[in-house]
Amino acid sequence: MKKKRILSLSLVMLLGLSMILAACGSSEGGNSSSGKGSSILVFGRGGDSTSLDPSRVTEGETFKVTVNLFETLLNFGEEDTTIQPGLAEKWDTSDDGLTYTFHLREGVKFHDGTDFNADAVVKNFDRWANGDADKFPYYSSMFGGFKGDEEHVIDSVTAEDEKTVVIKLKRPQAPFLKNIAMSMFAIASPTAFEQGDDQFERNPVGTGPFKFVEWKANDTITIEKFDDYWQKGLPKLDKVVFKSIPDNSARLNALIKGEIDLADGINPADGEKIESNDDLQLIERPSMNVGYLGLTVTRPPFDKKEVRQALNYAIDKETIINSFFEGRANVAKNPMPPSISGYNDDIEAYEYNPEKAKELLAEAGLADGFEMELWAMPVPRPYMPDGKKVAEVIQSNLADIGVKAKIVSYEWATYLDKASKGEADAFMLGWTGDNGDADNFLYVLLDEDNIGSNNYTYFKNDEMHDLFIKAQTEVDEEKRNEYYRQAQEIIHDEAPWVPIAHSTPLLAAKKGLTGFKPHPTGSDMLMNVEVK
Amino acid sequence: MSELTPKVDGIAEAKIDKTTGPWLDAWRNFRKSKIAVVGMAIVLFFILVAILAPWLAPEGINDQSHADRLQPPSSAHWLGTDDFGRDILSRIIYGARISLSVGFLSVVLSVIVGSMLGIVAGYYGRWVDTIISRVFDIMLAFPSILLAIAIVAVLGPSLQNALIAIAIINVPNFGRLIRSKVLSIKEEEYISAAKAIGMKDARILFSHILPNSMAPVIVQGTLAVATAILEAAALGFLGLGAEPPMPEWGKMLADSKDYLQSAPWTMIFPGLSIMLTVLGFNLMGDGLRDALDPKMKS
Amino acid sequence: MVGYVGRRLLQLIPVLLGMAFIVFMMIRAIPGNPAQVILGQQATPEAVAAMNEKLGLDKPWYSQFFNYLGGILKGDLGQSMRTRLPVADEIWPHLAATLELAIFAIIIAVVIGMNAGIISAWFQNSWFDYTAMILALVGVSMPIFWLGLLGQWGIAIELGWLPTSGREEVRDPVNAITHLYVIDTIIQGRFDQLGQVLRHLVLPGIALATIPMAIIARMTRSSMLEVMRSDYIRTARAKGQKMFWVVYKHALKNAIIPVLTVIGLQMGMLLGGAILTETIFAWPGIGRYIYEAINFRDYPVIQSGILVVAFIFVMINLVVDLLYGLIDARIKYD
Repeated sequence: MKKKRILSLSLVMLLGLSMILAACGSSEGGNSSSGKGSSILVFGRGGDSTSLDPSRVTEGETFKVTVNLFETLLNFGEEDTTIQPGLAEKWDTSDDGLTYTFHLREGVKFHDGTDFNADAVVKNFDRWANGDADKFPYYSSMFGGFKGDEEHVIDSVTAEDEKTVVIKLKRPQAPFLKNIAMSMFAIASPTAFEQGDDQFERNPVGTGPFKFVEWKANDTITIEKFDDYWQKGLPKLDKVVFKSIPDNSARLNALIKGEIDLADGINPADGEKIESNDDLQLIERPSMNVGYLGLTVTRPPFDKKEVRQALNYAIDKETIINSFFEGRANVAKNPMPPSISGYNDDIEAYEYNPEKAKELLAEAGLADGFEMELWAMPVPRPYMPDGKKVAEVIQSNLADIGVKAKIVSYEWATYLDKASKGEADAFMLGWTGDNGDADNFLYVLLDEDNIGSNNYTYFKNDEMHDLFIKAQTEVDEEKRNEYYRQAQEIIHDEAPWVPIAHSTPLLAAKKGLTGFKPHPTGSDMLMNVEVK
Repeated sequence: MSELTPKVDGIAEAKIDKTTGPWLDAWRNFRKSKIAVVGMAIVLFFILVAILAPWLAPEGINDQSHADRLQPPSSAHWLGTDDFGRDILSRIIYGARISLSVGFLSVVLSVIVGSMLGIVAGYYGRWVDTIISRVFDIMLAFPSILLAIAIVAVLGPSLQNALIAIAIINVPNFGRLIRSKVLSIKEEEYISAAKAIGMKDARILFSHILPNSMAPVIVQGTLAVATAILEAAALGFLGLGAEPPMPEWGKMLADSKDYLQSAPWTMIFPGLSIMLTVLGFNLMGDGLRDALDPKMKS
Repeated sequence: MVGYVGRRLLQLIPVLLGMAFIVFMMIRAIPGNPAQVILGQQATPEAVAAMNEKLGLDKPWYSQFFNYLGGILKGDLGQSMRTRLPVADEIWPHLAATLELAIFAIIIAVVIGMNAGIISAWFQNSWFDYTAMILALVGVSMPIFWLGLLGQWGIAIELGWLPTSGREEVRDPVNAITHLYVIDTIIQGRFDQLGQVLRHLVLPGIALATIPMAIIARMTRSSMLEVMRSDYIRTARAKGQKMFWVVYKHALKNAIIPVLTVIGLQMGMLLGGAILTETIFAWPGIGRYIYEAINFRDYPVIQSGILVVAFIFVMINLVVDLLYGLIDARIKYD
């Protein structure tokens, strides 16, 4: 008898303990305690930034934040990569394409009170030009090096007067204005960065609509409204918190629960669920990317054009897009997306045709097929939400034409390293454009100059190379586009890639969020956003 | 008072062990524990499933059918289909082969390496012992999953390398166990006698010390299979295990976690399979412990 | 006692040195160039070369190793290659996040596990005993990332009881002083925030507590069974002492040693090994910090991170050993 009573007593104690734990929870009740009169946006994303000085990194999670802290001389359009006024209200280009004059906006101040003027702009350019490739990696890739280098495009940057900056080039650079608009070339407060680069990247000071508040590593970055922002009435939000939630499904869970207001990197598989949820909205980011299967042309049998073409015929892109992009992508036929000027729409895509593929293999003397390694991306990227699963489809497609593919995957760092050394037979990869220029896709990804870096296929073609070099200095837009159209024909015929998809990266937000315009580069301006 | 009796029996039997068939007695003890028998039944069930996979599985592991993707359980697909339209039941059945072999092989590997190191350390003592013991200390001070991740990163992700990594992180457990066993046996009279009559080291080790260390190794090994399966699943979940299209259970979980809400069956069944198998090994290990060595704890 | 502690600390030195060496060599055996990874897909080969030089990665390995060791001896844990911050500054917030979670998990595990074990032993072969022990076995057999995901879905989303992820209410952030948010909110008198912080701890805490809880329950039960049969307990009972006190005071005192051992060992698992739980619950902890550093080949972070975690693990076990002596006077250190 007594034993029983004590047993139930202990049970009651256990129950009591769990009640206390639960009580700790419910004391605050829900998470409606959000407001306190100010409007806060919580933006959930997959990873943390590495730095808040945009000129020092190449990685997108940093730009997502800095595009709201800093501004550039020129801006991209709200949802495209057209050139729009930024900190420079107007600009003139000389006829020879060598001199650019920027007329700066009046009445702009940095967050620390420093005046924004021509002098500040010059100091920023001097800082970059005197750096090295380790410090300012993007500067060297966009402007050909640093002060004193042969390839450095910029000859001089001078302040004509308080509000006029003149940039002189050594030779014309067709995408120069687009480069200037990239978020890594944001104008920072000289007072702030002169105190030391390392301390600046933790305490960024720009002219943007928001100013930096706090950074909790791997967790949150908080920015708040800059009261003296030059555009009156903006930003509409008081505060933005960027929160890292690495797991895709956990991020969506947090959105459903209302812990975050906006989530990046939504899985295509979840698209439908979000659309059918009355409290949420699905947001599509304009596509400026390509996901592809690269064929390393130095590795037999991919040194044979017929084999590369055969793979193009063998892979069922439609199925891949329907199953693993949930239809939220366009079939790719060129190495760059259609939104980019110079896109060749006359090219006829390789259709899905296993029979034709087998014929081509037979022509190449491989009627019985062959064995190969198929490298699958280990990480999700906007251009390829699930590389391993796409690889599984490709594997079964290839099996249909008698090609035995073994799926191999390395951890991401190893993967890029080995692929860039040409160790993969066929590898999946992709690219998101930086500035919406054809050069940023075709030359960077397929020219012989970039073998060992971003040309992982080791593809080489003299005719194409000439076209690229001519296009880089050609100021006439129409002529330039013609060069790129020709280059795409060569690429199509030589088939170093199987272009797979131009995906539409997805975001999701709660219904009450308005004024959000996702940008194709992945760095979203938040000053017009409102949360209800 | 009744709970005291089996204990007394156990001790009594353990004493006779050395003269009669110890394994037979152990089996009798083992059979007495219902829970242990249930555990063994679960383990045998999965072993059978693994062996008979080609006959049991309604489909192959990679019969993609994109029209039938993410179908809920039905009479055609008892456990539903995954995002390739593949039959989940078939994949789980074949997956048993992978999980069980990773579990067994990694433990066998760590037992072999661990025993050798443990015997050498315990038998020869002195600086050999010091070095080996320090290496074990170092390995045990690592968070084991990080060590496994680093090993797989060095070797490259594949099922085989995951197996090796799991084997390596378990080596010190067996090494220490054998070492302590060897140390205690070494002092026994019959070993001194063997030494006195000039028996070679190797012979003493293999004919006396090794057989006498078997019981705890078997117990520890059974339990380690359970942990190894969980570790393989964790590595698979991080994308560091089996290559596609292999139906490794941890990888199946990782592949389907995005469908947790829209197609929960893709995630629930592989998870349950892991849990049941591991549970089986744990139950069996417990039973073995009680049967083989009533005094042994943890 | 002092001598014992001294000797144990001395023994630590070769272990930590060996560890530093193994970690150092192992991460360099991983293919992939840190400069390339850190600079990303977009970087030019010149940038990669410049960065290699700056990071000292172009030097021979032994000079890198001795530089690193020299730094450690001076208390310098190095500088993260990726974020360019001193590892010592970066590591504490992550470590604190994990410590808080691990301590919380251990508390849950001990409170529930020990009580379940005691009751099970006390009412051996009762329905409670069977249920508890089967649950405990199921607990150790569970892939915890699976349990975590199911918990997140069921408890946070479907039932809406708890937040899904993170450490704090993002819209009302904790002002971090010690980075142990429970303490931070208490010293700032923000008890409303304390509630929030505790709420955030529950789900990941339970996920992490599952395995130690099960082990502790089983250990407690078996050592209690042994203790309760001893003459000493029987005498106490014969003397007419209340059963409740007999069990909780005398028996517990004897059964606690194996339980302490489990706590010591499990603490190590929780400290560096909670990568999956930390990922699923977006917990900015040390496991994820080191794991991401492995992915980015951030050598100083990997080296120092693992070293710090191992050091804490070894220290906890030293403390556990010393506690044995305090609890059980029969144990002597010699």
